[in-house]
Amino acid sequence: MAKDEEDLTALRQRKTCLISENKRTLHTPLPEAKSNRLENEDDKQASNGTSCWTERSITPPGAQPPNTILVLLVLGLSFATRFYKLAEPPHICWDETHFGKMGSYYINRTFFFDVHPPLGKILIGLAGYMTGYDGTFPFVKPGDKYGHHNYWGMRGFCAALGSSLPVFAYFIVLELSHSNSAALIAAALLIFDTGSITISQYILLDPILMFFIMGAVLSMVKFNQQKSRPFCASWWLWLLLTGVNLSGAIGVKFVGLFVILLVGLNTAGDLWALLGDLQLSLVDVAKHLLARVTGLILLPLLLYVTVFAVHFAVLNKSGPGDGFFSSAFQSRLIGNNLHNASMPKYLAYGSTITVKNLRIAGGYLHSHWHLYPEGVGAKQQQVTAYLHKDYNNLWLVHKPDDGQDHPKTPELVRHGDIVRLEHKETTRNLHSHLQEAPMTRKHFQVTGYGINGSGDSNDLWRLEVCGGRRGDPVKVLRSKVRFLHVATGCVLYSSGKTLPKWGWEQVEVTCSPYLKETPNSQWNIEDHINPKLPNISLSVLKPHFLEILLESHIVMIRGNSGLKPKDSEINSRPWHWPINYQGLRFSGVNETEYRVYLLGNPVTWWLNLACLGLYAVMVAVASIALQRDVHLSQKRREHCWVLIRGGGQLVLGWILHYAPFYAMGRILYYHHYFPAMLFSSMLTGLTLDTLLHSADLFLSPPRADWLLRLGQVALLFSVLYSFYIFHPLSYGMRGPLAHEPGSAMAGLKWMDSWEF
Amino acid sequence: MSKEPTSSILLQAGTMLGLSSLKFPPVVKTEINLVLVLVTVLGFWTRLRNLSYPRAVVFDEVYYGQFVSLYMKRVFFVDESGPPLGHMILAFGAYLGGFDGNFPWNRIGAEYPSSMSVWGLRLLPAVCGALCVPLAYLLQLELGSSHYAALGASLLILMENSLIVQSRFMLLESVLIFFQLLSFFSYWRFYNASNSCSRYLWLIVAASSCAGAVGVKYVGVFTYLLLLGIASVHTWQLIGQRAVSHLRVFVECGCRAVCLVVLPVLLYVLCFYVHLTVLRHSGPHDQLMSSAFQASLEGGLSRITRGQPLEVAYGSQVTLRSSASQTIPCWLHSHKANYPIRYEDGRGSSHQQQVTCYPFKDVNNWWIIKDPGRQELVVNTPPRPVRHGDVIQLLHGMTSRFLNSHDVAAPMSPHAQEVSGYIDFNVSMVMQNLWRVDISNREAESEVWKTIVSDVRLVHVNTSAALKLSGGTLPEWGFGQLEVVADRVSRAHHSSLVWNVEEHRYGTSHEQKEREVELHSPTHIDVHPNISFLSKFIELQRKMLTVKQEESEHKYSSCPLEWISMTTNIVYWLHHSTNAQIHLIGNLVSWSMANLSLAAYQLLALWYLLRRRRAIRDITEASWCQFQRVGVVCVGGWLVNFLPFFLMENTLFLYHYLPAYTFLLQLLPAVLEHAHTHLLSGKSQHRAGCVSAFAGLCSVYLCYKSFSPLTYGSPELSANQLQALRWQPSWDILYRRP
Repeated sequence: MAKDEEDLTALRQRKTCLISENKRTLHTPLPEAKSNRLENEDDKQASNGTSCWTERSITPPGAQPPNTILVLLVLGLSFATRFYKLAEPPHICWDETHFGKMGSYYINRTFFFDVHPPLGKILIGLAGYMTGYDGTFPFVKPGDKYGHHNYWGMRGFCAALGSSLPVFAYFIVLELSHSNSAALIAAALLIFDTGSITISQYILLDPILMFFIMGAVLSMVKFNQQKSRPFCASWWLWLLLTGVNLSGAIGVKFVGLFVILLVGLNTAGDLWALLGDLQLSLVDVAKHLLARVTGLILLPLLLYVTVFAVHFAVLNKSGPGDGFFSSAFQSRLIGNNLHNASMPKYLAYGSTITVKNLRIAGGYLHSHWHLYPEGVGAKQQQVTAYLHKDYNNLWLVHKPDDGQDHPKTPELVRHGDIVRLEHKETTRNLHSHLQEAPMTRKHFQVTGYGINGSGDSNDLWRLEVCGGRRGDPVKVLRSKVRFLHVATGCVLYSSGKTLPKWGWEQVEVTCSPYLKETPNSQWNIEDHINPKLPNISLSVLKPHFLEILLESHIVMIRGNSGLKPKDSEINSRPWHWPINYQGLRFSGVNETEYRVYLLGNPVTWWLNLACLGLYAVMVAVASIALQRDVHLSQKRREHCWVLIRGGGQLVLGWILHYAPFYAMGRILYYHHYFPAMLFSSMLTGLTLDTLLHSADLFLSPPRADWLLRLGQVALLFSVLYSFYIFHPLSYGMRGPLAHEPGSAMAGLKWMDSWEF
Repeated sequence: MSKEPTSSILLQAGTMLGLSSLKFPPVVKTEINLVLVLVTVLGFWTRLRNLSYPRAVVFDEVYYGQFVSLYMKRVFFVDESGPPLGHMILAFGAYLGGFDGNFPWNRIGAEYPSSMSVWGLRLLPAVCGALCVPLAYLLQLELGSSHYAALGASLLILMENSLIVQSRFMLLESVLIFFQLLSFFSYWRFYNASNSCSRYLWLIVAASSCAGAVGVKYVGVFTYLLLLGIASVHTWQLIGQRAVSHLRVFVECGCRAVCLVVLPVLLYVLCFYVHLTVLRHSGPHDQLMSSAFQASLEGGLSRITRGQPLEVAYGSQVTLRSSASQTIPCWLHSHKANYPIRYEDGRGSSHQQQVTCYPFKDVNNWWIIKDPGRQELVVNTPPRPVRHGDVIQLLHGMTSRFLNSHDVAAPMSPHAQEVSGYIDFNVSMVMQNLWRVDISNREAESEVWKTIVSDVRLVHVNTSAALKLSGGTLPEWGFGQLEVVADRVSRAHHSSLVWNVEEHRYGTSHEQKEREVELHSPTHIDVHPNISFLSKFIELQRKMLTVKQEESEHKYSSCPLEWISMTTNIVYWLHHSTNAQIHLIGNLVSWSMANLSLAAYQLLALWYLLRRRRAIRDITEASWCQFQRVGVVCVGGWLVNFLPFFLMENTLFLYHYLPAYTFLLQLLPAVLEHAHTHLLSGKSQHRAGCVSAFAGLCSVYLCYKSFSPLTYGSPELSANQLQALRWQPSWDILYRRP
């Protein structure tokens, strides 16, 4: 240790030669300054906190360089396992139906809506485009045959990214543990994990996401290694690469946020250590801070925004996602009825209109042939807000008293007019009364009432233009209007709450007695059809890019939290995952079909689980030994620091990628665990290797060495053998199901919950 | 403790009991802190004054009251809102006051009858609320503040209108806050005490009050975790002390672990034990529980099942209850009505007899277990019990139809198979009525199918689908009963697939007519199913955590962000004819000062941290330690009692913020004192600081005074006066139009 310390101080002095000897003696009595003199002064520090934990340098002399042969072996094996039988089965598997379809949308430049950010699907689309897929395959439902379409390009792209994960794991563990054998164990666990193979072989976002996550961790670890040479070229390279990978991770799925947290925490710790280094001037610290802000915040942000810019630039045609967005947004899309729209400019009586809520991702005022159920206000027809375009969104504007006939030249609707809105399909009037609304109990219920437009006085609404004066006409698309109920004085309101099953999970519409102007109570007239009026081309205000960005994020977040588990669907729970409780059917159910089942290799997964416990015990022993200052040899000390530092980062990664799922209300699936599994596997490599190397704690040298070799061989063998017996999960099974004899998986259904 | 105040009153920390060696006669010397006594008396006066006014149900008393009544009648109930300790404390108060449990608790504002001791109902929460005042004083001292700061802290608690309101009624927050303060106070007492064994008494008090806090409300868990965190940091420091021997460290760590981890768990379980021992009669929530649990309660199911034969045999007559985890129980049922030939969506059915799940006891719930190889429907002597893996037929008792399933889509869940009572229409639909008995808890119980205790899946032999409660409801043709289907056994264990025998008797009649008479007659005979306390505890705890509260929006519900600025209030009670009313409104002055102190503390902490990192010491090590302590307890306590609410989905009210706010309130005097000793320099600045602190205290008092009519409900204010009290436009203050 002593030698290292000298090296380090020498290095620092090279940078900060200005610090005088005088100043240093002034600082030495204080705990922060004695970073490298812990051994003799620990007694005083222990009561004061844990500064001794953050200050040590851990570059031991025994660090091993990457072994080229091993790296090539890992690379070769991981590509071989991922690309083997890649084109099988030649039909859509599981979520390929979504992501393949979205890739096609990019090729066709059709606008769509998805809850994930666009990068992953852009890359899939790009991969398909480059390999000659023309975007014509409809991707209707799982099981559809691809036929002559070029699907292997997209699968190959995902598989290539998935194949790099073991290599990344190798380098990360090597960097954290300085041991080739630990790195090899971690890589082997991933290479021969059936789950990782399966999830890499199909057109999914997960391999892309995991590629960026592991890339970010690798660059972060590499960056940490450059600590002693700040601001040199490789330091910058790894810093910027970390940033790039972070933006990639968050650009594929919001789960990427967790790796950002991991890197953020690591960076914060790093900066804290730098701040405590009194040999660095404040200017130097500021430089460090600025460099990290640039590389880890500004750069990723820029890239992330660029991805969205590309997304919006590419998708310029109207498609299935239009209704989720505001009228202004839709006017950008070629083929949308608002693109270069021409319609009557002012709202008139007798027009057919759609009314859209101004809340971001607010729906169209909607009604349909279904009544509110018993016990939910009056049993009248439901009125909801609906996000999709539909004939049931059409309403007719009437004067309160008039019948169906209108004068030749329609009269304009003006601010303050009292109108009656008749639902075109069901001829019921928009109605409200003093009954509780279904979800928002403080509001009143809104229903469809009457027939053929004849109702009662509760069907009358006063239309007001926000900021308008009496007599102002209502501009289509541009005016914000409110509908005030004449009888009760409440205002038509969309709460944003989702109705239960009886309401088809559409959004609640109520009449709010609180008259504050909020986007929830403001609406605009979107479509306007009136054959008696001349159509005028409307150049709707094109929204600013940042507005589109914000809007699409709010829509995505809403969509994500809207993915609630349905009663009939199987909802996987987070505690199922580490114990490999239940996998996912990728393809095929029956005996005759080609079946692929996403399930981690049980041996490696249970080993991972056990190693989490083992790690907890080992790290507890190691830190207590250090805290009590038990006499330890140099090698043992290094092991302790590998466990605490390296293992700590991996455990943090695992926790960050796992624990938040417990707090998520949305529907969860088994494959959400895979990023956490990567961290867990790396931790297993590090833990087991340290354990095996500590065998000489209780065995004499030659035997300890034998035990080490034996342990490594047994571990590799059991991983290989378990892969051999479980490989049909990934590479496809045919024939009888596992509980029958004669199946390839006979006797391997170790848990009743596995469905193969 | 820090510096001694120069006041003329005798101020000494705490009440010290010292045995003056072993002379005769033994002499006990006590020193009494008069300030502490004074604030305690004031605390009792503010909380207990005129406690039985109003003599009407106030706000959530209507909710807790029903449970108190059930305790008085010793009737079992399940309340998903919290563990039972809180309810038991309220019930204990009611018991002392002689309440007999006869009050309907149907609406807020209902008058209590004159025979009822309202005082008794409200006494214990009020006492807990009053004790919070001296506790705040003591806690502040333990944190290293001066007596002035301690006095300030207790006065702020004393004059906090919201805490007063919440303490004066039969509500649980004041009890929770009391336990929380007590646990922190006694833990720090333990930590500050010199190394004697008796200090472990304080640790035990801390651990018990943690258990109390968790036992009153689940949110207490977070306070407990914070305390555990502080304790583990302290223990970690102890481990790092190399002067202490290994053995000593080991013993200390062991003791702390036992006190802080094992003891609270035991106490928590103990309060369930008392709960379950007291409540021994069956009651309104029986049906949520498993049959075995119900059978352990007096009355209800146990009256029905008393004396049933234990082992199900061929020829047994049984009712099959679904174990699905839903709020209403139901029993496998069939009746003389067939599935419609075509459903509304155009799909066809088998048109055979309906099989449903029916949420009421009915003679049509009886089924007879038949051996497929034999004809008779009576139990042989000796009875041949049904075992795991046996194949049986189930015959509907009243209509003599066999339980059947086939490859026809079920009415409401088309992905599953229809289950019917088989009718041979001669349309080449063969009878498929063999079911395999699959006892899923056979390891724990036995291979033999037992009444109540065995969890059974009925697996259809031909299609290996299992009988399942789908969760759907049949439309009018099915009389709105619940749908039963046969579905693939997808998961190892799912409660909707599991059934158990609830009522059971051995069939004796050979003829259908006799059998119908037999089915109509009540069951009899005798054995008592045993269920251990531990399994009852686990079942009850799981039910309490999983039963979903009905999501409803309340008029006065609010979201956590509104609490910080107190833009919301709750009307607790309004006199039926006058303007007298009680509101949950905090003391706006101390509320905003506490928020300011939070901001100031955070800025200061950040400043110190950064400066210390650069080895610039603005304050001494000791004051920095004290600064940290105050932060950990006050800011930490605020955070752990506040942040969890952002993740909660149930209806939230302003009173949920009170525990967090109590901790925040403690921060204010500590920050002021810190500023006074470290930031202000010179006599004039010190004097200005003192004056402004005094002025702050005065304005807190004025605010308390002006809102006290809304706190105590008297005197009645005029509409104008009420209008004037509406300091925040969003507050709801009611007044009658003249």
